[in-house]
Order: sequence, then C-alpha cells, then structure tokens
Amino acid sequence: MNTVEASRLVAAREIRVKLRDRTFLISTLIFFLIAAAATFLPPLLAGGPPSVAATEAAAGPLRAAGLEVRTVPDDAAAEWAVRDGEVDAAVVAGPAVLAMTDAPDKVISALSNEPPVRLLDPDAVDPVLAFLVPFAFAFVFFVTSQTFGVQIAQSIIEEKQTRIVEILVAAVPVRALLAGKMIAGTILALGQIGLVALVAVVGTAVGDNSGLLSLLGPAIGWFIPFFLLGFVLIAAMWAAAGALVNRLEDIGGVAMPVQLAVMLPFFAVIFFNDNATVMRVLSYLPFSAPTAMPVRLFTGDAAGWELPVSLLVLLVTAVGFLLAGARVYEGSLLRTNGRTSLRTAWRERETVS
Amino acid sequence: MTSVLRLDGVDRSFGDRQVLRNVSFDVVAGRMTGFVGGNGAGKTTTMRIVLGVLAADAGQVTWQGAPLSREARRRFGYMPEERGLYPKMSVREQVVYLGRLHGLTTEAARRATDALLERVGLAERGDDLLETLSLGNQQRAQIAAALVHDPEVLVLDEPFSGLDPLAVDTIVAVLRERAAAGAPVLFSSHQLDVVERLCDDLVIIADGTIRAAGSREELRAAYTSPRFELVVETDAGWLRDQPGVSLVDLDGARAVFDLAPGADEQPVLHAALARGPVRAFRPVAPSLTEIFREVTQ
Repeated sequence: MNTVEASRLVAAREIRVKLRDRTFLISTLIFFLIAAAATFLPPLLAGGPPSVAATEAAAGPLRAAGLEVRTVPDDAAAEWAVRDGEVDAAVVAGPAVLAMTDAPDKVISALSNEPPVRLLDPDAVDPVLAFLVPFAFAFVFFVTSQTFGVQIAQSIIEEKQTRIVEILVAAVPVRALLAGKMIAGTILALGQIGLVALVAVVGTAVGDNSGLLSLLGPAIGWFIPFFLLGFVLIAAMWAAAGALVNRLEDIGGVAMPVQLAVMLPFFAVIFFNDNATVMRVLSYLPFSAPTAMPVRLFTGDAAGWELPVSLLVLLVTAVGFLLAGARVYEGSLLRTNGRTSLRTAWRERETVS
Repeated sequence: MTSVLRLDGVDRSFGDRQVLRNVSFDVVAGRMTGFVGGNGAGKTTTMRIVLGVLAADAGQVTWQGAPLSREARRRFGYMPEERGLYPKMSVREQVVYLGRLHGLTTEAARRATDALLERVGLAERGDDLLETLSLGNQQRAQIAAALVHDPEVLVLDEPFSGLDPLAVDTIVAVLRERAAAGAPVLFSSHQLDVVERLCDDLVIIADGTIRAAGSREELRAAYTSPRFELVVETDAGWLRDQPGVSLVDLDGARAVFDLAPGADEQPVLHAALARGPVRAFRPVAPSLTEIFREVTQ
C-alpha cells in the first residue's frame, strides 16, 4: 500500500466519522435553511401588484397596467376602502390618487405619461446586492474555513491525545495522515458549500430571479477555485496548530493567530467593499483574495487578467503553507509532553520517513 | 537464515540526555522475549525505534538480515505503552480500519477482526463505542488492534499493565499462539513475575544500556550463584561458619544459602547430617527479581 492509498483510507475514515456527527449534520441543515430562506422568501414576501379602488369610469387604464382593481360606486366609497385598509390606494375624480402614507408609484405611473428612459450603465449592480454579495461570499468562506479548519485541528489533537497516533505512524507515512485529513476536510467543506450553492441557485430560479443568477454566475464560478486554495491555506495552518498541542483544552492558545488570519480579511472585505483601492489590494493578498476577488468580478471592477494572477499568488502561498504546515506536523506529532514550540517542531522531525 | 529481529549498536539522545547507549540484542522467531528494566531505563524508546516511530541516532534494526523498511514494519504488530484508540468509534470499525491501514483488504480485515474479537472475548461488544468499554476491555480491544493484520513480529510495550488476571491469561494465550506460529514476540514489563511466567528469553536494560540478554536459563546460570534450602531439626545457625556458604535467610531450623562459585554442596549436606537429621535439602531456582537485582546493580 502506498501513500496515496493510505491517504484515501484516512480521508474515508474522517468523512465517515463526520457524517455521523450530529453537530455537523445540524449545522449543515441550518446552513441550508438560511440559503433557502434567503432565496425563496423575498419574492414571496414582496406580494402581488397593489390593489386600487376606483369607479368603473376610472378603472380602464388601471386594469391595463395590471393592477388589481376593485370597482366602487362612488369616490366616497373609494376613500373609505383606503381608510379601512381594504385596498392600497384609490383613484378619484380629478384624477387624484388617494393613499394612506406612501405615494403608490405603480398607480401613479399607470395614470401618467412617462417619458422614455435610456440607462447609460444598465449593468451597474443594485446597491443592496452590492452590499449583500460581498457579505455572502465573505461569510461563506469565513464560516466554512473556520468550521472545517477547526475540525482538522481537533482530529489531529484527538489522535495525539489518545496516542493512537503512534500506531498510525508505525503503519503509514506521516504525510499520508496529514494528506488524508486535508482531503477529507476539503471534500466536506466543498460539499457543504456546493449544496448550499445548489439550494441558492434553485431558490433563485424558482423565485424568478434569473437576472441575478446570470449576474452572479461568473463570480460563483471563480469563487470555487479561490475558495479551494484559500481553504487549503487556512487548513494547513490549523493542522500545524493542532499538532502543537496535546489536549483539546489547549487548542485556544494556538488557535488565535489562525483565527485572526481568517477574521481580519473577513471584516476588511465587508468594511471596504466600496473602496476600490483597498479592494484591489485585498484581492491580491492571499488571505483575503478568496473573497475579495470574486466580489470585484461581481461588481465589474476586475479586469480579466487579474483573476488568474491573483489565483496564482494564492496557489503559491497555499503550497508554501502546506509544506510548512506538513513540516510542523511531522516535527510535533509525536511530541506528547506538553505544548511544542513552533521552533522545535520546525527543527525536529522525529519520524523515520 | 533464522528469522531474527536484531538491534545493533542503537544510540539515541533527547537533547543533551543520552537515553540509549549501544543497545544490541536479538529477538528470535518463535520465542517470547521479555524486555525488563526500571522506569526510564529506555524500554519504550527502544521499542519506538524498532517500530520506526522514533529515529535512532546511530545503529540499526534489522529483520531477517535486512534493515527495516516501512513495508517490513507494516507487517509488525505494535502496542504502544500509552494506550489509545478512537473513543468515539466502535471497536469493530476501528480494528477493521487499522487492519486496512496495515494493508489488508476490507474483506480480510473484517474477517480477521471478527475472529480476533471472538478470541479476546469482545465479540459481544464489537459494535459499542470504545469509550463505553471498561478499561480492561479497552485493553483487549488494543490487543486486537495490534494483531488484526496477523503480524510477523510483535512488539508490545507493557501489554499486561492494567489487566485483571483473567484478561492476562487470555492475552498470554493469544501471544503464545503467535509465538508458536513462528513470530518473534518482544514485550516489556515491569511486573517481573509475569515476565518470569512468560518469557523464553530475557533482555535486561538499565540506564540505557543492555545489562544482560539471553535465555532465561543461561542468565540464571550466569548471574546467580547456586542457592539451596536446608531444613534441619534444630537451629541451623552453624551454617554461617561453613566455608563457601553465604546465608540468605535463616529462620530457626530453616536456612537458605548461596554457595560461592566452585564450591560443592555435598560437604554442606554431610556437615548437616553430622549434626542430626536433615528434613529437606534442595536447590532453589532464583527468581527473576534476583537476577534483575544482580544485573542492574
């Protein structure tokens, strides 16, 4: 059996154990519900066209505009229908529009002669979406890399804490252990966001928001490779952090730098998403690129060549961190007395490999 | 070529502290080799080096004449001193998993696991999570984990610590089977009575150096002087003045004594008979504890 086969076995165990873990299943379900709610609900809540009360004489143009018209015998009845909240608005002689608090735009435009409109920048993104999309990307990356990264660290510590690691290391190469865990974490993370994305896409399609879908499509497409490499980068740090301690209780001490490396870019992308210069810088920095670059693509700020360049920077960084993480992992895996310092782990590789 | 696991001039230091010095000994196929030494003598470090979990600073470990490769080590069975399996996995599932990691097919791993769990008396608990088992049963599971891939060589670090007498008997029987089937079995223990009952060969380590190694009988002959027990009618205190005799224990008419190398026991018997009736006169086999004391002093 070679390293590849051993990694596959290790990964299969990690996945099997995780898929039976109730906490994991519940958190995935909650994620799905959020995604479904975010995409299914808005069209439902938006409701139908406004209802208007009018005499039969005034109803014609309103019907033509697709509004829901209730015919009333006279203007007084129309006014009462509005006051009672039976309709959103009324059209009375004049013509005048009656409504309670807000001027009903659709009713007004049905009665007026609007000049033709030419949009000079038709692709510009709705400001609400321009805020929500970066938030969604950053949130998904933040939560997923955090959740699955911590799980990789926990699984490493569990093996150290129970000392089963000695049996494992005697049977398979240390690298196969690490590779198996990283692969399992990546598959689970990608699987989870893949399913969430699927729910979101189906929801958007069902909710008849296909315009949004075509706008988001490329950003999501690029988000996946960025996410994948970004995840490897973070997971390598978690693996090294996990290997340095011996007990789950001690993970706090080593987790802080890793958590900062995920959290700071998350808040940076959210706070500076409307600052083109900062976003340009963030889209090249490896820790923020996975969220910043797809967002710039979405808002139309990124030139085509920028994506592969940023991806390459991320790739090189991720490989570097992976190698460094593997070295720390090898150097500290069998040191079971107390916490191992990063320097010791880096210098000493105990095992025969 | 006989199947021998051989350690040859193994050194190992942790920082400035040298824990193994020129450790060399053989573990012969088909024999149970007991590895004894006090706490911190270097037993665990030696075993970890044999399994490749630790690297030696110098020297090498060979099996059947060839230096150990990872492939060869995968056919070893190992039970580390500090026990551990996955607490939240069922016994059967993790034993199968370890079998797979050692190169078995899923089918073979399942079959071996079922047979072993039956053998160590855990068949009923196979589907329970490890953490729900008593400590003794977790130990049995650990033995199953070490044996699932039908290893060619067994290396067990303190396999009997924490076991109740019944479990010790089960494990001893299983290990003897393996040895009879031709596997070298190396096990460490600080319970000298268990080692005495079990081992064919003995390796004694102290302060990181091998003090003695060989078959139990050889070591007895080499490291202890001939010992006798004498029971007479009256006080046996006169033995003190007998040439070549050093008293080990005197209790009225009963005495245990060692003879100086080369001295004959018959003159002592004659002297005793000259003083009155002799109720008993027999050689006493020295216990392992005494050999151990003698060797590690």
